[in-house]
Amino acid sequence: MKNNNLNLIFTLLGGILLLFIVAPILGLFLFTSKGSIINTINDEETIKSMGLTLWASMSATIIASFLAIPLAYLLARKSFWGRSFILSLINLPIVIPHTAAGIALLGVVSSNTTIGKFLKYLGLDFINNPKGIIIAMMFVSVPFLVNAAYEAFSNVPVKLEKAALTLGASVSKMFFTISLPLASKGIISGMIMMFARGMSEFGAVVIIAYYPTITPVLIYEKFTSLGLSYALPITTVFMIITLIVFIVLNIVTHIKKNVDSY
Amino acid sequence: MLTVINLSKQIGNFYLNNVNFKVNKGEYFVLLGPSGSGKSLLLEIIAGLQKPDQGKITLNNVNITEEKIQKRKVGIVFQDYALFPHMTVYENIIFSLSKKESKQNTIKELLKLLSIEHLLNRKPSSLSGGEKQRVALARALAAKPLLLLLDEPLASTDAMLKAEIRALLRNINKLGQTVIHVTHDYQDAITLSSKIGILNNGTLEDIGTTSEIFLKPKSLFIAKLMGIKNFFPAKIISEDENNQIKVVSIPENIEIKLVTEFSCGKEGWIIINSEDIVISLEYNKVSSNNQFKGKIVEIVPILNSIEVIIEASGIWAALVTYEAAYRLNLKENMEVWISFKSVAVKFVPN
Repeated sequence: MKNNNLNLIFTLLGGILLLFIVAPILGLFLFTSKGSIINTINDEETIKSMGLTLWASMSATIIASFLAIPLAYLLARKSFWGRSFILSLINLPIVIPHTAAGIALLGVVSSNTTIGKFLKYLGLDFINNPKGIIIAMMFVSVPFLVNAAYEAFSNVPVKLEKAALTLGASVSKMFFTISLPLASKGIISGMIMMFARGMSEFGAVVIIAYYPTITPVLIYEKFTSLGLSYALPITTVFMIITLIVFIVLNIVTHIKKNVDSY
Repeated sequence: MLTVINLSKQIGNFYLNNVNFKVNKGEYFVLLGPSGSGKSLLLEIIAGLQKPDQGKITLNNVNITEEKIQKRKVGIVFQDYALFPHMTVYENIIFSLSKKESKQNTIKELLKLLSIEHLLNRKPSSLSGGEKQRVALARALAAKPLLLLLDEPLASTDAMLKAEIRALLRNINKLGQTVIHVTHDYQDAITLSSKIGILNNGTLEDIGTTSEIFLKPKSLFIAKLMGIKNFFPAKIISEDENNQIKVVSIPENIEIKLVTEFSCGKEGWIIINSEDIVISLEYNKVSSNNQFKGKIVEIVPILNSIEVIIEASGIWAALVTYEAAYRLNLKENMEVWISFKSVAVKFVPN
């Protein structure tokens, strides 16, 4: 009987939390008129900004993969001085305020600094440039990928790698045919998380690259200059796109999981 | 072939201590030792998966102590098989081969030898223990290793499968493959080895041919490890008309009847499980073909039963229940008869 009561209380508390999450999203759909949604879809500026947001986040994720996967593998397999420090350092972008992250990044890439000047000399201009959006998104969202890949590599039995070596495989063959495929589920989940997190970034991006405007910045701009009624339809459409992307990517990984179930 | 010279390694409080041995080409070398004796560590050092603190390993006169794992030509089958779970059986087997090599007939022959042709498209997770064992063996052999290392290959298999895998391992060795097999089970050693090394707490206590180690165990530890009970060297000296019951003599000149497929003149060992030996107070007209008079020298209570040690042209151990020992009033120095059926006698050829 007591157990039943506890279950009831837990269901009630859990229900309140779910409502807290669902209510604002549901509200968006209820309070936004069909007409304004259609207008938004037809608005070139909005569509362009949404395309830019998805493209920049995707680029940030792909670029970061080339750097994060090797680092995660080293962290999972090698013991070296400073390893625990690096593991904590990786999570730093999650804990600092994102506007502060933007300011810190600006400090490095701004054309007033030596590094910034050098980068500009190389043709890499980050201020008010899609490249700036990419590095801002990457900075705040890459911990999700490193952590997931680290976890995934740690779960690959070392013995399988050793077995590959005794069969004459080079270290790179071992990595690409054993370690990476076996960690791929975790890595892909991490990439989805990073992509989703990057897509929703506002704070860091707005400081480095207000223009060209990504959707979170556009929503903020519409809200501050024109009011809630102008911000609502873009928010709703962006929310739908986000949900679609998230669902599709989850289905894709789920299919992969089923194919590779072992 | 393989020489291990003054090999030492410390891991935590465990020391592998100055190990020396030699394995010749075509030999089946069994490293026998209880768990925690350092067998697997020694195997991993030979394979290159662990670095020794001291010592030297040569393979075909080449010093491989510092050689990379992938260049050693030493194959290893792990106790848990370590098959690649994301690959099919076929992909696992051809892992070490180039495209051209994987099409060669030797691979087909290997698949046939191990009877795994029907499993090629399966994933390791869908295989039984015995099938996994065969696939792991095939994968290691496909790389054509100079030396094959087996880490407790029979530890997680049931009795039926054990006999099958042992026959397979013997076959592989007969084809010329040099093998080092580590195990804690003396039966693996008896049935497979041509040479045995006894490893105890990181030290190689004894090394020699199978008969040297079994017939003259150097220490009580070795005798116990070898599970030496009712184990005698023997030779088949005659057989009945139907070729069914054969008679073997053991050194104490007693004759024992048994059933075996081997014929007259064959030498080997006989083993009789202590639970198969019946104790009686007088000679009985029973179906058992073997019956001898002897004297109880020791009574040793063990977990759920009592082990009675009897001297009757050799030392025999019989396992009886507490109830039976009480009923027969068994005591040390008492004269008794022991009997066992011909079918209870196992003959292991040399």
